[in-house]
Amino acid sequence: MTSPLETIGSVALFALRVIRDAFHAPFELFYLWQEIADQGWRSLPLIVSSGLAMGMVMTLHTRNELIKFGASASIPQVQALSFFVEIGPLVAALLLAGRVGAAMGASLAEMRATEQIDAIEALSIDSFKLLVVPRVAACFLALPLLTTFMDFCGVLSGFLSEHFLSHISLQLYVSRAFRGVEWSNFIPPTLKTAVFGFIIGTVSCFFGYTTDEGAEGVRKAATSSVVVSSLLIILADVILVKIIFVMFPQSAL
Amino acid sequence: MSDTNDTSIVLDHVSKSFGERQVLQDITFSVARREAVCILGRSGTGKSVTLKLMIALIKPEAGHIWIEGDDITQLNEQGLSRVRRKMGFLFQNAALFDFLTLYDNLAVPLRRLTQKSKQEIEETIDRALHRVGLSGDREKMPNELSGGMKKRAGLARALVLEPEILLVDEPNSGLDCITASEIDDLLLEQKRHTTMIIVSHDVHGARRICDRFAVLDRGRLAAIGTPEELEHHENVTVRRLVTET
Repeated sequence: MTSPLETIGSVALFALRVIRDAFHAPFELFYLWQEIADQGWRSLPLIVSSGLAMGMVMTLHTRNELIKFGASASIPQVQALSFFVEIGPLVAALLLAGRVGAAMGASLAEMRATEQIDAIEALSIDSFKLLVVPRVAACFLALPLLTTFMDFCGVLSGFLSEHFLSHISLQLYVSRAFRGVEWSNFIPPTLKTAVFGFIIGTVSCFFGYTTDEGAEGVRKAATSSVVVSSLLIILADVILVKIIFVMFPQSAL
Repeated sequence: MSDTNDTSIVLDHVSKSFGERQVLQDITFSVARREAVCILGRSGTGKSVTLKLMIALIKPEAGHIWIEGDDITQLNEQGLSRVRRKMGFLFQNAALFDFLTLYDNLAVPLRRLTQKSKQEIEETIDRALHRVGLSGDREKMPNELSGGMKKRAGLARALVLEPEILLVDEPNSGLDCITASEIDDLLLEQKRHTTMIIVSHDVHGARRICDRFAVLDRGRLAAIGTPEELEHHENVTVRRLVTET
């Protein structure tokens, strides 16, 4: 039985190996592209539909209160800032952890159970570089892009629900939404999702790649990948928000 | 222990355990070049572990394993990679990469480990698939192949780099007798070019292919010799394993 402290140490060493191997040839660009297509492109419908739904819900929750305080003109800005700063990055990361993290953990665990990883090693190919590094790199690269889509969909559906309720024009909504929004409200929170992507990829690959429990290991890897990466994303968010406030004080709302 | 020019594989007092369970104890034997040796034994006696030790997928607690003159227990990753390039491994369930087509399964080692051009890789794969009777299936995914086809595809992948040593884990398990015989024919044909270690429960097939049998019993090497020699061995387990078909 491995202690939690040992697991944390093993994940940290695993992450360091990912970083080291990512900068050493051979670069698995074919598999990286395949993973970006799988993790990014195939996650897009989930991200878009969730962004649209959350944007609508967000408007429904906030507009009555803002109208009560005579701040109806701020509805678009609240919507945009909420999505850019926190909702977009965090929800996109948690959705990716659920969809991709579980799949990655389970697929690597299954490859271990069916001796595919042994077969790669037997062919004198580094299975870590072939299977783990492209997956983590794809998560790292895809999540900021998916977050941007989620932000856009949140603002778009905010406009649609506001337009339906108050007949506001697109031009006016956009000008109000971006009034007072700085680049620092958009760029650092979006880029922080690269760290979330690294966490999802590393944690999921760790549980999948290192299992040796056969079919039971597949189930455990899928569950642990989602639970641990979701938890670490939320913990990392606390730290990253603080770092962003220190580096970009103007981004504090 | 060093090897002679005719020796391909040497296991020298090799022991291996998993946790508290001792799987192999003090195993010593050698295999000559172009020789085919079948490892027999009851289930759980460490036959597949022996194969995995020979290709350094796992490490022994004690002893040395020499492959073509290299002690693989002392090698680093680079050294192991060099030695593994001389070896092919057919896994029990073929272990085809399920995210790649049959063609790409064979192309991975050729693209990664050789300087062949795209055209040469294509020709090599076509030849390998033709040899195992899978020419028309190159674009299929592993889940579209039957058990026998998977075994033949696994064999094609194991042989695509023309290894000097072929390790084969249960080539006939789960196959009907005709398909099993076809796999044996392919191995028999390969025997002329390759040193072979085969783990099998199919004594009839093993007798066709192998020159010697090594019998494991409760983690120890109970006997090694030609099938004829072992038919009259004093150990009843050895006799039963060698004679039962």
